[in-house]
Amino acid sequence: MDIEKRLLAGDKRAAARLISLLENKDQEALAILKRLYPKSGNAYVIGITGPPGAGKSTLTDKLTKALRKEGKTVGIIAVDPTSPFTGGAILGDRVRMNELSTDPGVFIRSMGARGHLGGISEATASAIKVLDIYGLDYIFVETVGVGQSEVDIVKNCDTTLMVMVPGLGDDIQAIKAGVMEIGDVFAVNKSDRDGAKRTAREIDMMLDYNKDALWRPPVKMVVASENQGVDELIKALHEHRDFMKSSDNFIKRRAQNAKNEVVELIKERIERTILDQSKREERLEHAAERIAKREIDPFSVVDDVVGKMNL
Amino acid sequence: MDKLIRVLVAKPGLDGHDRGAKVIARALRDAGMEVIYTGLRQTPEQIVSAAIQEDVDCVALSILSGAHNTLLPKVVELLEAENASDILVIGGGVIPTDDIPFLKEKGVKEIFTPGTPTQTTIDFIKANVAQ
Ligand SMILES: Nc1nc2c(ncn2[C@@H]2O[C@H](COP(=O)(O)OP(=O)(O)OP(=O)(O)O)[C@@H](O)[C@H]2O)c(=O)[nH]1
Ligand SMILES: [Mg+2]
Repeated sequence: MDIEKRLLAGDKRAAARLISLLENKDQEALAILKRLYPKSGNAYVIGITGPPGAGKSTLTDKLTKALRKEGKTVGIIAVDPTSPFTGGAILGDRVRMNELSTDPGVFIRSMGARGHLGGISEATASAIKVLDIYGLDYIFVETVGVGQSEVDIVKNCDTTLMVMVPGLGDDIQAIKAGVMEIGDVFAVNKSDRDGAKRTAREIDMMLDYNKDALWRPPVKMVVASENQGVDELIKALHEHRDFMKSSDNFIKRRAQNAKNEVVELIKERIERTILDQSKREERLEHAAERIAKREIDPFSVVDDVVGKMNL
Repeated sequence: MDKLIRVLVAKPGLDGHDRGAKVIARALRDAGMEVIYTGLRQTPEQIVSAAIQEDVDCVALSILSGAHNTLLPKVVELLEAENASDILVIGGGVIPTDDIPFLKEKGVKEIFTPGTPTQTTIDFIKANVAQ
C-alpha cells in the first residue's frame, strides 16, 4: 500500500517516513501533503518554549500524560534549533519522555536544525501537518527559547506556553525583548526552588504592562519533575483554547500563521532558485566582476537576474 | 540535499550507567549523523517504538548487563513485527566473542566489542544503512 493510504489508515511508520521525506524536500511527499491538506487542521497545536534546561521536556511528558487521561491522543515534536546547521546532532529530549514511547496514542519525533532550506520552522510546520493528518488531537512543539528561530517555530502554534524557572533575574529582562510577547500561558517550573514566587510576580508585573490585550496570560507555578501544578496548567491551556475558539481569534491566528508560512515559503523558493541559477551559470560572478570595474551597476544586474528568473 | 543518517542510541537492560552509549552517540554526531539519544534502562518495546517514530536508519544498542542474548534478538524480532527489518541493528559493549555468531544469526548485523575504534562503527553504519 502506498504511503498516503497508510498514513490515512493510521500507520505510524508511514507518518514517520513522510516526515523524513519532507525534511529532505522530497517532491512526491510534498505532493501528498498538498492533496491531504484539507484533512489537516483538526489538531490543536501548543508550542512549548523557554530557556535551556527549564524542564520543557519533563513538563511535556507530564502534560501529555494528563491529556491521555482525558482520552486525547498527543503528538510531540521536539525541535533543537541550536544544533549545528551542517553536520550531526544529538537529540536528547526523549530521555525525559521514555514512558510515553510505547503508548499507542502518542507519537514523539525529534528534529535537528541541519541543512533545512528555509529553516527549521518550515520543517516543523510540515511535521505538524503530517501528525495532524495522522489524526492526533493535540500536538506539542518543544523548542528551546533563545532567539529568532523559536519565535518562528511558535508561529505555527495555536497556543504558546512559556516555561520559566526561578531566579532568571536579568534573564527575564533579556527574554522580554521579543519572546515574552509570544507567551499565551506562563509556567514557572522548578517551583520547588527558592525564588519561584518572586519570579512569578516579576512575570506578572511585566504582563501587566500590556493591559489592553483581550487575553491576559496566566502565570502558573509548577514542579514538572513531581507532577505538581500540572492539572492547573492544563486548565489554563484549555482556557486559552476556549478563549481562542469562542471568538474569531482562532481563525485570525491561524490566518496570521498561514501568512507567515506563505511568506517564508516564497522566500525560500526565490532563494533556492537564485542559488540554483547562480550555481549553474557563472553569470553572477561575471556580473560581479563587471560591477567591481564599474562597467555596470548592481541594480541593473538585479533587474536582469530577476527578470529572467523562472520561479 | 543528501539525506542525513539518523541513528537511535539506547542502553537497554537494568544496569546503571550509560557512559559507553554516550561515547558512541558523540562519535556518531561528530561523523555527521543525527543521533536520537534515549538514555538508560530501555525495554526492547520502547526502543522499537522510538525507532519507528523517529524513522531511524540504524539502532545502536550498548549493553553491559549480560542480557544481550535476550535483549538484542528481541529488538530485531519486534522490528520485524513492525515491518521495519530494513532498520539496521548493531550492538556494542561487554559481549563475549562466543555469543557473537548466535546474535548475528538472530539478525543483529554487527557487534562491536570494547576497544573497537569508533571509526569502525561509523564506517559500518555508513556502508550498511538502507539508502
Ligand atoms: N528541581 C526540579 N528539577 C526539574 C523540574 N523539572 C525538571 N527538572 C530537571 O531539570 C533538568 C532538565 O529538564 P528537561 O526536561 O530536560 O529540560 P528542557 O527544558 O527540556 O531541556 P532542553 O531541552 O535541553 O532545553 C532535568 O534534570 C530535570 O529532571 C522541577 O520541577 N524541579
Ligand atoms: Mg528538552
